[in-house]
Amino acid sequence: MSPRAASRLESIGFEHVFDYVAGKADWGSAGLPLEGTEGSETRAGAYVRTDVPTCHPHDQLREVCERLEESGWDTCFVVDERCVVLGRLGRRAIRGREDITAERAMTLGPSTIRPSARLHAVVERMQRQQLTNLPVTTSEGRLAGLLLREDAERALAAVNKS
Amino acid sequence: MPTAIDRNKLQRLIADEEAQLVEVLPAAEYEDEHLPGAINIPLKELDHETTRALDRARPVVAYCYDYQ
Repeated sequence: MSPRAASRLESIGFEHVFDYVAGKADWGSAGLPLEGTEGSETRAGAYVRTDVPTCHPHDQLREVCERLEESGWDTCFVVDERCVVLGRLGRRAIRGREDITAERAMTLGPSTIRPSARLHAVVERMQRQQLTNLPVTTSEGRLAGLLLREDAERALAAVNKS
Repeated sequence: MPTAIDRNKLQRLIADEEAQLVEVLPAAEYEDEHLPGAINIPLKELDHETTRALDRARPVVAYCYDYQ
């Protein structure tokens, strides 16, 4: 639709016309704010914990676990230099503390959602699948943060109330 | 011919050239959610009259939901 609109604008006489072809789906998937009645406050991205720990593939698991102990988190995302999620260190790997790299210890391809995911759908999924949290990544696969179920349920209740 | 742009280019146009955003979806979809600062002119209503408020000296960026 937007290519036709952009052409139409040119035919009307506008000279500097651009077409953002990926549209608001792309904008929202990148975690950027949206306005409107279904704006950012009804999206998962608004409630992610951005301080979730990360490490790199070649980091030693033991050292990562020591850092986690200090932070209080029981999970860690293994990311590349662009913060693209490669895997996740879960409780089992963290408890094991084997003398291996994070890359070897991680669970590959964790299920993720976009920041633009609708909060009510995410909460419904977390309850149905008994998930306590869900990683949130942008359309480029970069880690935006971790959405905790308790945060999501609290936010949804507040949104519904308003 | 209009130039297709990605998100990075769009953000630069907004920051550097005060680009004007036009969502061309129907009003109900615009009211649900839209990019910050965007105005709504549905494609079917796009003409000289409805675009009168746009500044012709500044870039105009059309967008809808996605590639469809």
